Amino acid sequence: MLIRNLSKAAMLTSILLMSGCEGGVLDPKGQIGIDERYLIVVATLLMLIVVIPVIFMTLFFAWKYRDGREQEIYAPKWAHSKSIEIVVWLMPIVIVIILGVITWGSTHDLDPYKPLEHEAKPITVEVVSLNWKWLFIYPELGVASVNELAFPVNVPVNFKITSDTAMNSFFIPQLGSQIYSMAGMATQLHLIANEPGSFDGISANYSGAGFAGMKFKAIATPDATSFDAWVAKLKRQGNKLDPQSYAELAKPSENNPVEYYGSVSNGMFDHVVMQYMHMSKAMPMDEAQHMEMSHPSIDASLNNEKGE
Amino acid sequence: MSFLGKLTLESIPYHEPIIMVTLAVVAVIGVIIAALITKYKKWGVLWNDWFTSVDHKRLGIMYIVLALVMLIRGFSDAIMMRTQQALAINGAAGYLPPEHYDQIFTAHGVIMIIFMAMPFMIGLMNLVVPLQIGARDVAFPFLNNLSFWLTASGAVLINISLGLGEFAKTGWVAYPPLSELSFSPGVGVDYYIWALQISGIGTTLTGVNFIATVLKMRAPGMKLMQMPIFTWTCTWANILIVASFPILTAVLAMLTLDRYLGFHFFTNAGGGNAMMYINLFWAWGHPEVYILILPAFGIFSEVISTFTSKRLFGYKSMVWASGAISILGFIVWLHHFFTMGSSANVNAFFGVMTMVIAVPTGVKLFNWLFTIYRGRLRLTVPVLWTLGFMTTFTIGGMTGVLLAVPGADYVLHNSLFLIAHFHNTIIGGAVFGYLAGFAYWFPKAMGFKLNERLGKAAFWCWQVGFYVAFMPLYVLGFLGMTRRISHTDNPDWNFWIYFAAVGAFIIFAGIILQFVQLYVSFRDREQNLDTTGDPWNGHTLEWSTSSPPQFYNFAKDPHVSDIDCFTDMKEKGEAYQRHDNYEPIHMPKNTASGILMAIGITAAGFAAIWHILWLAIVGMLGAFVVFLFRAYSNDHDYYVQPDEVAKIENTHLDKVARGLI
Repeated sequence: MLIRNLSKAAMLTSILLMSGCEGGVLDPKGQIGIDERYLIVVATLLMLIVVIPVIFMTLFFAWKYRDGREQEIYAPKWAHSKSIEIVVWLMPIVIVIILGVITWGSTHDLDPYKPLEHEAKPITVEVVSLNWKWLFIYPELGVASVNELAFPVNVPVNFKITSDTAMNSFFIPQLGSQIYSMAGMATQLHLIANEPGSFDGISANYSGAGFAGMKFKAIATPDATSFDAWVAKLKRQGNKLDPQSYAELAKPSENNPVEYYGSVSNGMFDHVVMQYMHMSKAMPMDEAQHMEMSHPSIDASLNNEKGE
Repeated sequence: MSFLGKLTLESIPYHEPIIMVTLAVVAVIGVIIAALITKYKKWGVLWNDWFTSVDHKRLGIMYIVLALVMLIRGFSDAIMMRTQQALAINGAAGYLPPEHYDQIFTAHGVIMIIFMAMPFMIGLMNLVVPLQIGARDVAFPFLNNLSFWLTASGAVLINISLGLGEFAKTGWVAYPPLSELSFSPGVGVDYYIWALQISGIGTTLTGVNFIATVLKMRAPGMKLMQMPIFTWTCTWANILIVASFPILTAVLAMLTLDRYLGFHFFTNAGGGNAMMYINLFWAWGHPEVYILILPAFGIFSEVISTFTSKRLFGYKSMVWASGAISILGFIVWLHHFFTMGSSANVNAFFGVMTMVIAVPTGVKLFNWLFTIYRGRLRLTVPVLWTLGFMTTFTIGGMTGVLLAVPGADYVLHNSLFLIAHFHNTIIGGAVFGYLAGFAYWFPKAMGFKLNERLGKAAFWCWQVGFYVAFMPLYVLGFLGMTRRISHTDNPDWNFWIYFAAVGAFIIFAGIILQFVQLYVSFRDREQNLDTTGDPWNGHTLEWSTSSPPQFYNFAKDPHVSDIDCFTDMKEKGEAYQRHDNYEPIHMPKNTASGILMAIGITAAGFAAIWHILWLAIVGMLGAFVVFLFRAYSNDHDYYVQPDEVAKIENTHLDKVARGLI
């Protein structure tokens, strides 16, 4: 009951909060973000049950028992009360138990690694953070883009994320969760957009001089046709993302403009991840690619990372 | 390699006008201070009575002076960041290029935590803990002096980085691989490493020293569960120091090996793994925040119980709540990186453990409330800081628990919401606590009270400024603004960024008022002298000594039979007793070994940063030789004779008698 009532209040409050905020995490456009906003509101309301009385009691007691009010009881030796002690221990414990249960459940529900349950077939995007731009590879479609990401609305997107530089964090605030990008390994993230639109995407982990300009647009196209049109636009580009052009792209640049690649050589993402699995980054590309062949499935090693 | 390693004339950033002007101002102030010391012939006093002193009270004061100086430095960084962000909106570049801005936010974090908050906390602990337990000094007085100078050595190195080379551009956590040689080839990270490493060793030694002190040097009769609550919270903090600082030492050593000798602990290539650094860093870093906050909790407890003229409510609850916080503080570090891809079980476990810490913390808040209940609260400056803390910190605690929910952290991590949260707890908790302690124990340390009016004005500036500066950051976090960006181009953010900048200037006014308060209080000290040593009608032993206390603290060992020991003595009529027969008092001699060793180690640290091999060897060898001389010397103690003690005590008791009438 308590939870249900709180939920109602939560929805009301969130609507109020939303009216003031456009963009950002309180104005989500995807299911994950909506669930996370709901979680933020419920947890906050639960905590206010303790926080408001404490703030009120602080001000009230300080006023009521201030020096000079001789009419109030003065008990200088009173320093212990079993019943008060029990209440002040129990009250936070109960709230933390409720919050703990919510936390346990929501952490599993919102696990960034958990594929979304949805009737639409998900699309896969491989994400590489570079100095200081984002590379998005569509392995199923054979195209790639820099600092612009597109996917149809209401289609789950499975992100595989790595870094070819310092650690960054891949984050589209209006769609929900972020996850770190780290060299030599691939992290995962599953998001969906429930409304079409163009959302700000950022790196949420400082990575050096060009960090502030490391932004991209995440475009949720209104339908599959418009997404196909976007892909077709990329395909019309003559250039190809292969180890040579990738090496060129990987060179540091700031406020990089949007770029498109009409085709992508096979295994580019695995190539980026695996280069750190070998002894030296300076290894020639061909050799590195060759050695990769001896790793039949990069995903196997990635799954081990998670320790599950 | 050349004679001066990587050091050349080009290392001086003379093309940076901001830095050059700052250096010029610092140089002018330095020359003025040196001239004044020379004019009043105080060099001897400075050296003999302060720099070489092993007296815990004087070391405490020196720690606090260091903290205040570094507060100015760290706050200048804060003002620069807020003004840069206010100017660099709508895509404008602002006045600080990224390579400068990135050093500033790194320096701000390192300075405020390691060289402002830590010395402030350790300074108050030095000043008060031995007095509270009725001891004549700490267990190892020379070690205490060395600890201070090692901390100062780190502070010197970080300040040298301003005018010679650069500071780290990595954020105060210096996460690899960004902090590795391949991404940060300059000397900035090396300054970071050696400043933290040297001062961290000083802190570890302090922890050892104070644990030994409270275990072995309590006054006769004082059981552990009769120690004053500030001593207890410091003890928990010291246990945390001893348990966690070696982790920092180790992780910095590994980063050093990576950078200096080509190891691969945390590099991208060669099988390194930066996740190990991040785990180890926070295995130190999370306990570190409790090291900062627990003594502040102790200060609030002392202040509330003294100024309500009442016993602390739930003493045992307080002690065990602090213990619970200390232990839990070690099993929550992963909440700093829920977004690193751990499994849901792992994230959920660390989230729930983090929330559990809210329980003992909440209990403490209620215990302070019930200490005020049926008391007679005097609204003095320390009490204002405490009330400000109780309201402000509660909000910070709430946002902290929110960040502990992994599902919420996935969108709030690294955002300005996080920045608002930890400033809410560190300023609204630790710093308010230290400032409460500063006002509360100032008369004890200096012998005169601080000006109340200016103190209150400073408090209100801090309090209001805090809300104006940091509440907008919560909003900006919700609006999707991440930390550490030098410029923005989102028009929705502009209003809140301006708002926050105004707040920073209100806090600035508070800091200025505090320095004005120091000046005015010193000028009018004759009117505010604390002749009795007990200006607030205190409960604990430090108030039974004169203000400032005699160098030996207690002429006779006090006998303790209650938590509020001094109240107990006053009630039984045992306070301010004259004795006819004093025993000789065994005291440690001052020594220059600490500062000399620290000079050698600072030189070695500087040499390591700039790869000057010969200087590193000379510095370390010099420090080692001083250490050997110290270790083989038998001349480090003396006795104060009974007639001298009697003379000092009678003078004080005469003053007390006049003051009490």
